Amino acid sequence: MSGEALLELRGVSVTFDGFRAINDLSLSLRQGEMRAIVGPNGAGKTTMMDIITGKTRPDTGVVRFAGHDLTKRDEAAIARLGIGRKFQKPTVFEALSVRDNLLLSLKGLRSPFALLLARETAEEAGRIDALLGITRLAPHARVQAGGLSHGQKQWLEIGMLLGQEPQLLLVDEPVAGMTDAETMATADLLRDINRTRSVVVVEHDMEFVRALGVGVTVLHEGSVLAEGALEAVSADPRVIDVYLGR
Amino acid sequence: MTGEFAFRGVVRTAAAVLVVAALLALGSLLPASNPLSVSPFVVTLAGKYLAYAMLALAVDLVWGFVGILTLGHAAFFALGGYAMGMYLVREIGARGVYGNPDLPDFMVFLSWKSLPWYWWGSDHVLVAAVLVLAVPGALAALFGWLAFRSRVGGVYLSIITQALTYALMLAFFQNGLGFGGNNGLTDFKDVLGFDLHQPGTRAGLLIISALVLAGAMLATRALVGGRFGRLLIAVRDAQSRTRFLGYRPDQVKLLVWVASALIAAVGGALYVLQVGIINPGEFAPANSIESVIWVAVGGRGTLSGAVIGAVLVNLGKTLFTAWLPELWLYGLGALFIATTLFLPQGLVGLGRHINRRRDEVTPEVTRPAGDAA
Repeated sequence: MSGEALLELRGVSVTFDGFRAINDLSLSLRQGEMRAIVGPNGAGKTTMMDIITGKTRPDTGVVRFAGHDLTKRDEAAIARLGIGRKFQKPTVFEALSVRDNLLLSLKGLRSPFALLLARETAEEAGRIDALLGITRLAPHARVQAGGLSHGQKQWLEIGMLLGQEPQLLLVDEPVAGMTDAETMATADLLRDINRTRSVVVVEHDMEFVRALGVGVTVLHEGSVLAEGALEAVSADPRVIDVYLGR
Repeated sequence: MTGEFAFRGVVRTAAAVLVVAALLALGSLLPASNPLSVSPFVVTLAGKYLAYAMLALAVDLVWGFVGILTLGHAAFFALGGYAMGMYLVREIGARGVYGNPDLPDFMVFLSWKSLPWYWWGSDHVLVAAVLVLAVPGALAALFGWLAFRSRVGGVYLSIITQALTYALMLAFFQNGLGFGGNNGLTDFKDVLGFDLHQPGTRAGLLIISALVLAGAMLATRALVGGRFGRLLIAVRDAQSRTRFLGYRPDQVKLLVWVASALIAAVGGALYVLQVGIINPGEFAPANSIESVIWVAVGGRGTLSGAVIGAVLVNLGKTLFTAWLPELWLYGLGALFIATTLFLPQGLVGLGRHINRRRDEVTPEVTRPAGDAA
């Protein structure tokens, strides 16, 4: 059902101690779409992610995902609805093995009581192996996640997102600190993921956004400044103003 | 590294606890002339250490595995002790100083005419057993539900746990609360008809303590060893990540918190049976802090380290306070500082390090060639 909005924000505002971090923001994402969100520091990109994932409650406005009102749910409930989030700083369980990180991410058991008695099934082992393949971490499956390189941690976290089998992935600066080769491989990976899932990517790196080849939304001071293809947006004089800081 | 979840040391430590307790118990039954004879004093002391080891195990479960630095766990220990003490006081019956068959001595002394309602049923051993678990368990559930739901964590939570045990200490000092005020509950005669002063009873209680401790060690090992244990580590190290994966860390913490309070409570009940007195001093914040030191010295997050630390530090305390009583607190402080600086993983961590060094002498020479990646 392409064309129908999967995620919709309408008139969303949130204020922290008098500072209006998000100001009457409206944004809509179609089922199956991938969108890049760009904007200078302080434009409200991360706060927008916080609102969608239930970490921050908006003061006003509508946030809907696949027919559900997200403003009434906590982080865990929203994650279970099918929204996965990758943090700006790679956040994995460093004391656990790569494999155990993925095991915990797998969609399914979430109640602590259910986990008490849970044993890994063959089906789960298969899903983990598949994720290890996608993220190229199979040789490191038994390694403690804390020992991975920065780029490998970013990929592990993306793998954990996929383990959740979300409909929508929110990915915050996935290529920060990556080499050029890793950046391009990540672009390929996200495009691949986008074949079956919707994706929102927040990113500063314009080369990366270009490699993704998707629609761009420019945020500035908490609301949408421009929206469209990267070429059109980057030619927009208001966008140039914002980025040059005039 | 799979070592973190193997916990081989837990089974070995539990077995050692059982063997040593059995030897001491047997030795105490030998005639005093026998060179292998163990004095009843030593048996009681060992029983006390094992009760403290239960408290340490409880602290390690929440601190080592979910990262909750509790500074008030002695509250659950003391509440379990009081519940057991109530039963033991009622068993005294008419043998008290005042010879009143219905009221404990301290109530007669306060000119009370009847038992307060919350003492009803305390003369039944089953009711007492339920109270030992239910009272600390309910308090832990209420406290944990409020604290974790409001996402109170870190040092703030530590401070609240201190306040909790301090408030309970002040309350139990009140005569009007009905638990014997500053004298607490004591002068116990027997349990289930067995004379508490007989060496046989004491030996039996030591064996029971060792069995309960070993059981608790294996149970906590099962709790932290499986998939649930991995979730605990995940909550400890990256709580918000678990939320965005769809877990509710507050529920996870509450479950472990209550389980831990129950272990501490059983420890308190065993303590009172063997030490023969429970008073509000057991709620003192310093006791809870000491229990954290035991765990740190033995090795946080290892379970066996908690038990080893509790026994060794208390053994040290017994010897040290007999020798240089006024210096004990300095010694304890120095031990804590030395552990923090030089043995971040405690004695168990030191042991593992030595083992690993010994095992890896050859692999280390050959590894770099094949492990370029």
